[in-house]
Amino acid sequence: MANFRELLSQTKNQISEIEPIGAEQRIGQATFLDVRELDEFEQGMIPGSVFIPRGHLESQVESKIVDRATEIVVYCAGGVRSAFATKTLQDLGYTNVISMAGGFGRWKNEGRPWITPAVLNPEQRNRYHRHILLPEVGEDGQQKLLESKVLLLGAGGLGSPAALYLAAAGVGTLGIVDMDVVDASNLQRQILHNMERIGHRKVDSAKSTLTSLNPDVNVVTYDVRFGADNVLDIISGYDVIVDGTDNFPTRYLLNDAALMKNIPVVHGSIFRFEGQVTVFDPYNGPCYRCLLPEPPPPELAPSCAEAGVLGVLPGIIGSLQALETIKILLGLGDPLIGRLLAYDALETSFRTFKVRHDPKCPTCSPGSEIVIFEYDQYCMPHAVLKDGTTETH
Amino acid sequence: MSVTVRIPSQLRELSGGAAEVSLEAGTVQSILKALDAAHPGLGARLFDDAGALRRFVNVFVAEEDIRFLDGVDTVIEDGQVVSIVPAVAGG
Repeated sequence: MANFRELLSQTKNQISEIEPIGAEQRIGQATFLDVRELDEFEQGMIPGSVFIPRGHLESQVESKIVDRATEIVVYCAGGVRSAFATKTLQDLGYTNVISMAGGFGRWKNEGRPWITPAVLNPEQRNRYHRHILLPEVGEDGQQKLLESKVLLLGAGGLGSPAALYLAAAGVGTLGIVDMDVVDASNLQRQILHNMERIGHRKVDSAKSTLTSLNPDVNVVTYDVRFGADNVLDIISGYDVIVDGTDNFPTRYLLNDAALMKNIPVVHGSIFRFEGQVTVFDPYNGPCYRCLLPEPPPPELAPSCAEAGVLGVLPGIIGSLQALETIKILLGLGDPLIGRLLAYDALETSFRTFKVRHDPKCPTCSPGSEIVIFEYDQYCMPHAVLKDGTTETH
Repeated sequence: MSVTVRIPSQLRELSGGAAEVSLEAGTVQSILKALDAAHPGLGARLFDDAGALRRFVNVFVAEEDIRFLDGVDTVIEDGQVVSIVPAVAGG
């Protein structure tokens, strides 16, 4: 039977070690694995490290470092735990593992780069526990959501459920664009608002509801008409846009601006008993104009205000938009890029149709130039003419 | 020899409420014209005055958009489903 010193010595004979100076040169190539405890990790880490406390190493490493040929530099505080962890990883079949001698303590003393990690506080760990349990999300994914920015166009039927679920999920910044005030006839479906807010600005009502649901969320309000003069400024800096507007010209304007700014749009639209959802990922799939080269004339496309909409329908479609948004933010699964999901509430059916990139698309085909200008009912793109001037309608 | 045409809810007032209509196989053009003959008024919602399919009406054969097949000349085989999917913008 070996004592601690003997066991450590035996283990070190079976592994390789690297000095911090050599390890620093592996940044960018190797995966750095931090095996300390959470309270140590929170004080500082090597940038980009994977964090698995030594006690969870065997059970968690296979899901966090999938390829067993990955070059791994293991570190702890002083080089003891990392030595044992390196041996364990070798036993698990990892073939290119090395322990950093002296650990994070010596790394820091030598003035090598380190950062204080963004970590969840105990309240957040409890609030988002069901997310953290999912290996596909985990603390890293939750942190990513908290650092994400999503813009919602409209705080109405679609925007209400989408905003509520995105706030509940902990998306850290939610921008909301709406210039309306709350009307009693909104309350049949717009679940962000309530009786006490009738007559208030929708963006204020939305902010009040969302911040009382989750104080982690920073709600940025835009009480303006979304137009050619402000669209680029408003959407800049957002990671994903949830389109819940109620008219064609705004949808085309958003499409063209989102292409310019390269921001994915999660599209949702509803009418009476039917809804549609799709994702437009700029230059990585079709755009709105590929799906719909021209809008219908107003007489053939009555609005929900004129033709009605079943109150629960936007709840279904807006929730799907929220889910697609989270998938995009976390890189999960297959978002609805190039697919149109059509929901028929009367027959309770979901159908998907392929949406293809149109090689002749005036806004997203190679070489096309986009001009942001107010659209009339025809929503035709404003072409850049051969002499460099802009054609407007 | 028949195909199924799926009617969206916003056009069902013109199809007597039917969500699906069974028609003779043929091209998209011939099938939609037969649809109009069976339910007068539907054609005007699908075709413009010059007889061209309106650009805001998407027609799919199974999951494929006919604009990326042979347009209205796309041949529909017996048993296939043609879906009319109109543009909607409500929110």
